[in-house]
Amino acid sequence: MTLADLAAATVPASEAVLIDQGLAPDELEALLSGMRGRLAEMRDAIARGLVSDAKSRTGMVGWNAKTLWEAADDLQTPLLKRVQAYAMAVNEENARMGRIVAAPTAGSAGTVPGALIGVADHLGLADDALVRPLVLAAGIGEVISQTMFIAGSTGGCQAEIGSSAAMAAAAVTELLGGDAEASVHAAAMALMNTIGLVCDPVGGYVEVPCVSRNAFFAVHAVSSAQLALAGLRSVIPPDEVVQAMASVGRMLPPELRETGEGGIADTPTGRRIALELAR
Amino acid sequence: MSLLDVIGPVMVGPSSSHTAGACRLALLARHTLGTAPVEARFTLHGSFAKTARGHGTDLALVAGALGYAPDDSRIARAFDEAAHLGLDFGFDRADLGDVHPNSVRIDLSAVPGGAVPGGGVPGGTGALRTVRLLGSSLGGGLVKVFAVDDFRLEFSGASPTLLVRHRDTPGVLARVTRVIADDDVNVGTLYCARRRKGGEAMMSVECDRAISQAAADYLLHLSAIGWLRQIPAVMSAASDGAHIASATAEASR
Repeated sequence: MTLADLAAATVPASEAVLIDQGLAPDELEALLSGMRGRLAEMRDAIARGLVSDAKSRTGMVGWNAKTLWEAADDLQTPLLKRVQAYAMAVNEENARMGRIVAAPTAGSAGTVPGALIGVADHLGLADDALVRPLVLAAGIGEVISQTMFIAGSTGGCQAEIGSSAAMAAAAVTELLGGDAEASVHAAAMALMNTIGLVCDPVGGYVEVPCVSRNAFFAVHAVSSAQLALAGLRSVIPPDEVVQAMASVGRMLPPELRETGEGGIADTPTGRRIALELAR
Repeated sequence: MSLLDVIGPVMVGPSSSHTAGACRLALLARHTLGTAPVEARFTLHGSFAKTARGHGTDLALVAGALGYAPDDSRIARAFDEAAHLGLDFGFDRADLGDVHPNSVRIDLSAVPGGAVPGGGVPGGTGALRTVRLLGSSLGGGLVKVFAVDDFRLEFSGASPTLLVRHRDTPGVLARVTRVIADDDVNVGTLYCARRRKGGEAMMSVECDRAISQAAADYLLHLSAIGWLRQIPAVMSAASDGAHIASATAEASR
């Protein structure tokens, strides 16, 4: 299945994903039940992460989600704050070896729950409404993975957080009633505006900038959904955007692909922290 | 790739490739061994060697050897659990050659001092004395085993896998696949390797579901087949949960 096929569907995009899977009734029920389980796990990780200030293994992160969640909302944008806090809650749980749902990877695990559950809680929507959008998120991820293996070591952060943001954007769009075309273009716009992002974790740990990055790209996904729901579309066809991302991923030098040897990791302070942690 | 692998696995952080994938590879090694190991040695290659500690790769490998699934919260304290359960473990670094950056060689031994490959193969479905497994963690928690006891095979742990030790004789493959076919089981992948012509050989057969006990018994009646093991899928949360239950039961006996 291509994103063009998906966008052309006359049913909601998640339905098209399910049809494409060609599942027998019992397999379909197992899949939906599995997704409900994933949602429950995501919620659990958010709940743990929002109240914990236990430091990660390195001590670089662990209190960000709780701090934001308990801070005054000076901007008076509760959706923004909620989405950011949820996303970081998941990734801080991840950094302290807590249970999370990889979506599609562990390093990008906060984006989909941050955006999807954040928006749902903001609007007071029940979890039942989130199962189909989560199926769509998975379907988008699967299509992307057919072009590029989704890993920072393969294509940089754009492959990980770009994919998670695209998946989340499509899911939020469908949740809010967007049709298949809107959902797929939300994914494309989110991915297009993530292209080039490198994977440069300090010391090689999935903490800095990974935790805050999930907050930023969960918001990014919600922004993209907002554009798509208003009728905006990606000028470049969604499949070509995926190709472009993959192409840029192949151009990235190894230093910028999860080795901890370039970018933020290669700053004087990043190098010092890495040395201290290696001891 | 199933949709539940994209939104999933449910896992203990921090890295799907360096934590969950590592745990799965060690879990596959334990299933191949067929019993609780008392010794485990992990030889880390490439990125695994560079960043093992930061990503909890070391903890995850030990946890897998203990039979814990990637979503088991005991992973974070796997070293303590290993001490408690009597698993002696150690880590080395080595260049394993032209393999994926996230690769590891896992040597498990069911008896003390037995962590040397080639310690003999029991008959039937018995536990091995030692097993050496080489595998790579491909990202997103997906893994690929590429050698068992120095036989070049390939399986992913995504579906039940039949491992067979046999003698390299004409017709073995046909007979094995015939039995699997008669059991109405579909074969996904099949790899076969031998030490030399007419010598010891091994095959890995990824099936869409596990073959029945009757079919497994029948295979063991074939004179060219000495040993077989059914490795359960270790990709979905449901099957991982079963591993936890069986591992716990085994540990408490």
